[in-house]
Amino acid sequence: MVVDKIRIARQFIDAIPHAQALGMQLGDMGEGWAEISLPYDARFVGEPSTGVIHGGAVSALLDTCSGAAVVSHPKNPGGTATIDLRIDYMRAATPGETIHARAECYHITRSVAFVRATAWDADADHPVATATGTFTVEKQL
Amino acid sequence: MSRATPEPVQVVKHRRDEALKALATGVPYVQFLGITFDRRGDELTAVLPYDPKLIGNPMLPALHGGVTAAFLETAAIIGLSWSIMWADIESGELVPDKLTHDNLPRLPKTVSFTVDYLRSGLPRDAYARAQIVRSGRRYATVDVEAWQDNRLRPFAQGKAHFVMPRKPT
Repeated sequence: MVVDKIRIARQFIDAIPHAQALGMQLGDMGEGWAEISLPYDARFVGEPSTGVIHGGAVSALLDTCSGAAVVSHPKNPGGTATIDLRIDYMRAATPGETIHARAECYHITRSVAFVRATAWDADADHPVATATGTFTVEKQL
Repeated sequence: MSRATPEPVQVVKHRRDEALKALATGVPYVQFLGITFDRRGDELTAVLPYDPKLIGNPMLPALHGGVTAAFLETAAIIGLSWSIMWADIESGELVPDKLTHDNLPRLPKTVSFTVDYLRSGLPRDAYARAQIVRSGRRYATVDVEAWQDNRLRPFAQGKAHFVMPRKPT
């Protein structure tokens, strides 16, 4: 049952066109949590003089990862949509390095899921960005 | 008292358009998403033409929340940079032909960004306008709103805080 939920959640995330366009790679996933990484790509640079990845690409990663955590939660019967998302950018991601994200759905009601997420690169002790968000709980995918 | 003869309109327009082009086309990620800017005087409207790769939920279908966030953030950063550059563009101090991808003015750095998703993004073109709430020496705050077919029905709004780029000494 739980394994099935995770499998469906994986298919759900894999079918997102924009996640594919950014080359996101779904990592581990459990009940109410997910890990996704974003390999470095010169097309996603936001500051041409340094080669640092655009904050928007990090936002897309954190949003997708947060959504994956909601979809994989046993109390969420279906899909999800973002209600709001706040992102704090602690530092620039190091150019050339893959950005990893982990999101956790720490509370869920019949209508709203609450999520925290963190992004980091090779230096895992110093996060690149953190996010908190609320998401809808849907009856179906 | 006689006023100085105004510059020919095409000279002024050329300078503004070249400065905007350098600012908006110099960022690879902005190009990747396909965002362009429509300018009327000093007012900018960010335009995100619809593309299937921007979809987040293929079943609805709806734009990806991350795309919406990135679009709003881009509109905010370019809008803020544009407002900082405006005085130099108008005075003629900023010479657009010397602006290349390598010596673009440093962009403001995003500290935090909050997006409210008001309705789902449709598979259509989207537009956004930024409003500079405060622009100081070290920090700036920008509100940004995005809509699609109907200006009075925004599908997302955001608020961003930035650290300003240091002026070259």
